[in-house]
Amino acid sequence: MNDDLYQDIILDHSKRPRNCHAMADANRKAEGYNPLCGDELKLYIKIENDIVKDVSWVGSGCAISTASASLMTESLKGKSREEALKLLEKFHELLTTDTPVTQELGKLVVFCGVRDYPARVKCATLAWHTLKSALTNSGEPVVSTE
Amino acid sequence: MIASVISAGFDVDKVREDFPVLKQRIHGKPLVYLDNAATAQKPFAVIDAIRKFYEVDCANIHRGVHELSQRSTAAYEETRTKAKRFLNARAKNEVIFVRGTTEGINLVASSWGRKNVREGDEIVISALEHHSNIVPWQLLCEEKGAKLRVIPMDDRGELLLEEYEKLLGPRTRMVAVGHISNALGTVNPVRQIVEMAHRAGALALIDGAQAAPHMKIDVQALDADFYAFSGHKVFGPTGIGILYGKARLLNAMPPYQGGGDMIKTVTFEKTVYADLPYKFEAGTPSIAGGIGLGAAFDYVTRIGLDKIAAYEHELLVYGTEALSRIPGLRIVGTARDKAAVLSFVIDGIHPHDIGTVLDRQGIAVRTGHHCAQPVMDRFGVPATTRASLAFYNTVAEIDALAAGLAKVKEIFS
Repeated sequence: MNDDLYQDIILDHSKRPRNCHAMADANRKAEGYNPLCGDELKLYIKIENDIVKDVSWVGSGCAISTASASLMTESLKGKSREEALKLLEKFHELLTTDTPVTQELGKLVVFCGVRDYPARVKCATLAWHTLKSALTNSGEPVVSTE
Repeated sequence: MIASVISAGFDVDKVREDFPVLKQRIHGKPLVYLDNAATAQKPFAVIDAIRKFYEVDCANIHRGVHELSQRSTAAYEETRTKAKRFLNARAKNEVIFVRGTTEGINLVASSWGRKNVREGDEIVISALEHHSNIVPWQLLCEEKGAKLRVIPMDDRGELLLEEYEKLLGPRTRMVAVGHISNALGTVNPVRQIVEMAHRAGALALIDGAQAAPHMKIDVQALDADFYAFSGHKVFGPTGIGILYGKARLLNAMPPYQGGGDMIKTVTFEKTVYADLPYKFEAGTPSIAGGIGLGAAFDYVTRIGLDKIAAYEHELLVYGTEALSRIPGLRIVGTARDKAAVLSFVIDGIHPHDIGTVLDRQGIAVRTGHHCAQPVMDRFGVPATTRASLAFYNTVAEIDALAAGLAKVKEIFS
């Protein structure tokens, strides 16, 4: 059981989250909050010449949201702002459509099982909503997945 | 052996036969339904009553001289009589049909509150409240410039009555507290709370959403001024609930909503309102809901709330022991007088992950803040996992929960 949701990579990243620290010289920051579970997340990004040089996060949440933040930060480094936003779109498709295009997602495909758990989609997307806020400066200091 | 000791005088297997929903498998495992504080399952008696209404008696109530309308009116009003008995109210007209506890509390906050609460007055609630017994009072206080005071609790989840005493004063207008906490299971000493409110010259409203399914309610013995509960938590349908109020108070209150059924005469110059209870029942209500609720009262009464309370207490004791044996698990809410609610956290594992893994084993629990964020804040947790029991739950189901939690720990540690 849980073979479809809690895949090994997800469990690994939830227990040992990567890039999980604050960043003093970040030039983009945003906060995300999920009032339903109390999950919260701060995202730090350093962008130079429109390229994500570094990205990190701190926060607390369930295994899915923790692993999602961890894997997201891994997959963003070196991407242009536009590429990052495109990846966000693809990731969202992965969680919400029956026939997602999985190319370019790399390790992120481990979240494909989430779409069978509608109540957990927001856990997987918290970090990504926060990313969008950080990259687009939407003016919302705290994004909420509810 | 333990199972037979616990089941003495209560045939749980027979009772389970009354609940069709319990017979299914979820993800290949027998359903273990432990989310009763959110909503309770419905016995055949309730389902059949609703079905009969729609198949045979369906008509609007309180209007029309035709046979069907008379039948539906009689069946609906019969529930009012049953509710009066269920609560031990003095009179039938003290029983107001509402959508649920939330609407009952909003009715009082809006109708009584707008008329009686003034700037500088105080409303007292407790730290244990469900959002539905917080927000209506906040809205009222905001509108009137009144103050909301909160009775604190200790680490067990028991209200501090000596602190409550200090909150009471000449400006206290209303004390609104839950009979039983939905998040922790604490049974509050409401008789005493009401008495203290009255001594201070205030009224008392009791949120009975979690109490009505689990213990005998006697509004006269409690001397509660208002008492609200939801039908769907007492094994009845959703969309129907009861607000009890003392007739003297209800009579002095303005209507809550305007519309049909709540009037005597209407002209464009002046409308004369109907007498109790109809003054507070504008529009076509949940007729099927009311009739189903009547069947639920009959069903619960036939089993006996004393028996239900005794059996559930045994389950609580068994469940508390079973969960306490799990390393890293902490039960949140350990009041000495407690209903069958097991709210808990496990070190390093988020409640939502616990809930999902349990669900895959057929076990339904609630995870989150249980609409009681201030309670979560008090205990310093963002959320808990909550198993809330009903009389159709069994010792074997608690064993299944414990086994499920062992699986959770295996996956996440």
